[in-house]
Amino acid sequence: MSDHHKETFISKYVFSLDHKMIAKQFLITGMFMGIIGMLMSIMFRLQLSNPGESFAVLEWFLGSKWAPGGILDPNMYLSLVTMHGTILVFWVLTAGLTGTFANFLIPLQIGARDMASGFMNMLSYWFFFAATIILLCSLFVETGPASAGWTIYPPLSALPQAIPGSGLGQDLWLVSIALFIVSSLLGGLNYIVTILNLRTKGMSMSRLPLTMWAILITAILGVLSFPVLLAAALLLIFDRSFGTSFYLSDIIIGGEALHHTGGSPVLFEHLFWFLGHPEVYIILLPSLGIVSEVMSVNTRKPIFGYKAMVGAMLAIAFLSFIVWGHHMFITGMDPFLGSVFTFTTLLIAIPSAVKVFNYLATLWKGSIRFTPAMLFTIGFVSTFITGGLTGLILGDSALDINVHDTYFVVGHFHIVMGLSAIYGMFSGVYHWFPKMYGRMMNKKLGYLHFWVTFIAAYGVFFPMHFLGLAGLPRRYYTNSAFPMFDNLTDINSIITFFAIVGGLVQLVFVFNFFYSIFKGTKASENPWESNTLEWTTPVERIHGNWPGEIPTVHRWPYDYSKPGADKDFVMQTEPLKEGKTEH
Amino acid sequence: MTNILIALVLILLVATLVQILRVSELLSELKKQDVNEVTDKDNATQGKILLIVGVLFLGSVVWQFVNWIPLMLPPASSEHGAVIDSLMQFTMVLIIFVFFVTHPILFWYGYKYNKNKKNPVAFFYPHNNKLEVIWTVVPTIVLTAVILYGLSAWDSITNADTSDSQVIELYAKQFDWTARYAGEDNTLGFSNYKLVKGPNQLGVDLTDEFSQDDVVVREVHLAVNKPVLLKMHSRDVIHSAFLPHFRVQMNCVPGMTTQFAFTPTQTTAEMKAQEGEDFEFVLLCNKICGAAHYNMQMKFVVETEEEYNAWMASQKTVKNTLTKK
Ligand code: HEM
Ligand SMILES: [Cu+2]
Ligand SMILES: [Cu+2]
Repeated sequence: MSDHHKETFISKYVFSLDHKMIAKQFLITGMFMGIIGMLMSIMFRLQLSNPGESFAVLEWFLGSKWAPGGILDPNMYLSLVTMHGTILVFWVLTAGLTGTFANFLIPLQIGARDMASGFMNMLSYWFFFAATIILLCSLFVETGPASAGWTIYPPLSALPQAIPGSGLGQDLWLVSIALFIVSSLLGGLNYIVTILNLRTKGMSMSRLPLTMWAILITAILGVLSFPVLLAAALLLIFDRSFGTSFYLSDIIIGGEALHHTGGSPVLFEHLFWFLGHPEVYIILLPSLGIVSEVMSVNTRKPIFGYKAMVGAMLAIAFLSFIVWGHHMFITGMDPFLGSVFTFTTLLIAIPSAVKVFNYLATLWKGSIRFTPAMLFTIGFVSTFITGGLTGLILGDSALDINVHDTYFVVGHFHIVMGLSAIYGMFSGVYHWFPKMYGRMMNKKLGYLHFWVTFIAAYGVFFPMHFLGLAGLPRRYYTNSAFPMFDNLTDINSIITFFAIVGGLVQLVFVFNFFYSIFKGTKASENPWESNTLEWTTPVERIHGNWPGEIPTVHRWPYDYSKPGADKDFVMQTEPLKEGKTEH
Repeated sequence: MTNILIALVLILLVATLVQILRVSELLSELKKQDVNEVTDKDNATQGKILLIVGVLFLGSVVWQFVNWIPLMLPPASSEHGAVIDSLMQFTMVLIIFVFFVTHPILFWYGYKYNKNKKNPVAFFYPHNNKLEVIWTVVPTIVLTAVILYGLSAWDSITNADTSDSQVIELYAKQFDWTARYAGEDNTLGFSNYKLVKGPNQLGVDLTDEFSQDDVVVREVHLAVNKPVLLKMHSRDVIHSAFLPHFRVQMNCVPGMTTQFAFTPTQTTAEMKAQEGEDFEFVLLCNKICGAAHYNMQMKFVVETEEEYNAWMASQKTVKNTLTKK
């Protein structure tokens, strides 16, 4: 890359075209939003375990309108839940996770100077940034932020008379999500094109690291499903602002009969979940990729069953488009359709099981180096198992009748999607931090962070299954209105205790992150003795990635502890020995 | 005051962290070794912690089951609920089994195979087709069983014969429930949201013949062992009629009618004897619907046929309340 202009502060750190800088922008924005989302969950947890009690912090954060005398207002409770879900699902685990690792790793791991279109990539971040600002603004509007749940089912989300959050707050939410989708499409198309077209010499598809496969599949899912959410959101905007009746029919609200007839809220649910279910895999797949890579490097073993791993991801991705109805078993959908969705949903358990067994086989007879990143991969396998198993209950329509929309669901999706994806993300940050900043993150703080997180997170989410089996619905401001739930107070207190501990220990991570950017010990070029191409780039991180020629690839990325090699790793750039075959 | 305290705690926390880091860096400088390099000792320690935390975790799972199962819902009080309960037991046993097989393997491998002098290199083992086929086929067989069992249960619940079920409409609005019995003709009179006016809160068509014997109530009574067919309606946003003790749930959606059929098998009195004096069957709202979503409830009473008939006889029909005058 000879045609470089002189870099100014603005072109280097703000409107940067360099994929590595854009990745960091996504990461830091995601972390910032993550802290906000987490704070929200702690606020509503305080209300759930101590309903009606006064907490000075609540009034301090929310003001006297939404927490008069430190007691959380029920409308604000729903707003917090909604914004918490929105932020964690879209901002942290979609943009924060994919935006970071797709941008950072694609050119480095496939051997490219940058993304196919650096400009689109930059636009992708700035659309995301605009979406973020609008979402944050919505926290301050008079009638409160959106409060119809992150799933924003109409009519609740369509009628300001139904709940104050469905006023200006919901408008801003919709505009913000529309910009978010544009960002995600710009990013996704770029990822696909780059991986397919810009691979260096020798980097065939079957030599791609699993991170690349995972990100490629994620991007395809996103490009196919996000437009549907955009359409759903646009129609909702029409219903809200221009009097159409796509989702609305036969409604009386605030004593007034509305003119809408013929619309169907169920239509929205179909459109929403057509994105919504692939979305959970958009969240999960990058972490599956990261975990595969990090686990292989640190067990010093090839990932077990590379082809099966790719095949399983493809199968999961395909199936994820034909299972959305499992969110709608009890909407009055035709029972026969319910059967079909039960069938397809439970099929997903097969490729998922294959992945788990392959991870266990990768650990078997490894020589495991417990970096913090490695510990998080073990955490990932654990939560993936636990959450995947409870999915067998929710995916079974007959069983879903009684646990649908209860805390059982909250427990399930936090473990399988929330925790697994977050663990993958942490694992990735610890692992690639040396490449991002040329320094190491502190190991001891990493250990502390992992263990407290692992224990606290299970402490928060495992007990929620029992709340659900006791019949407790989710999105309840308090469970004190029903005597049948009075005996659940202990469980609720335990959950809140662990939520606070788990929340605090994330500050250790944030601290470690920023401390290490400036003060961490200096990293070498390939600190983990890893095979993939990114570790052949210099510590200095130049625009264009490699000072000279882009290296050529001669083998797959998982030659760890290969018999006959002189070290326990053989980089992808090393030619095959005379007469030797791959793997 | 609290704010200052919180700020102080935070500052102290950060200061301690910085100190810890400094100390560890100084120590490593003395030992001439990078603080952040992962040593054999770290591997051994982390492996041990993994094993200990793993055992504690599995122990705590057992503890939770032992202590909290008694707090869960009592066995179903409806016919199809018993089917759901056995399917649930079957699935639970299966997943608990898999959970307690895979987790110990995970923790044990992590502990056993950490890198140290005795285990300096890993075993190069990229794949094994036979193994992979086994662990694709076995889950497939197990899942086939789960799917077949699940689908037959689902089919029996949703395709139940409702020809002689008593029809009751559940009508949801922010934030309460109303019910309408179809009366002697067992047919609900026509209703429309445009007809909602004054005391006619369900918009019943008062000119419709079928409406006349309908009975509108705020507390549902059911006769034990007599099948009912609930028809759900909403007038504003989506609600969900959730009767956890009967294993019944169905959304109430404006603009359409949904339904759920079931047969109660236990009376409220029997349940009180079993679960305690303050037991009641309740209907909850289980779809986010606004500020008082958490408190949208209605009592259900299941009683003997005679008690039920007596109660029904004391209720006024639409003809006697709304149509009159
Ligand atoms: C400190 C950690 C967290 C705590 C204590 C927490 C707690 C909760 C609770 C209690 C609810 C349910 C509230 C209700 O239904 O009334 C909830 C909702 C939700 N959480 Fe979390 N959560 C945490 C982290 C996460 C993460 C990592 C994700 C990422 C996937 C996530 C995504 C969601 C979503 C999507 C909802 C549903 C929001 C809705 O109902 O609209 N949360 N959270
Ligand atoms: Cu889904
Ligand atoms: Cu409701």
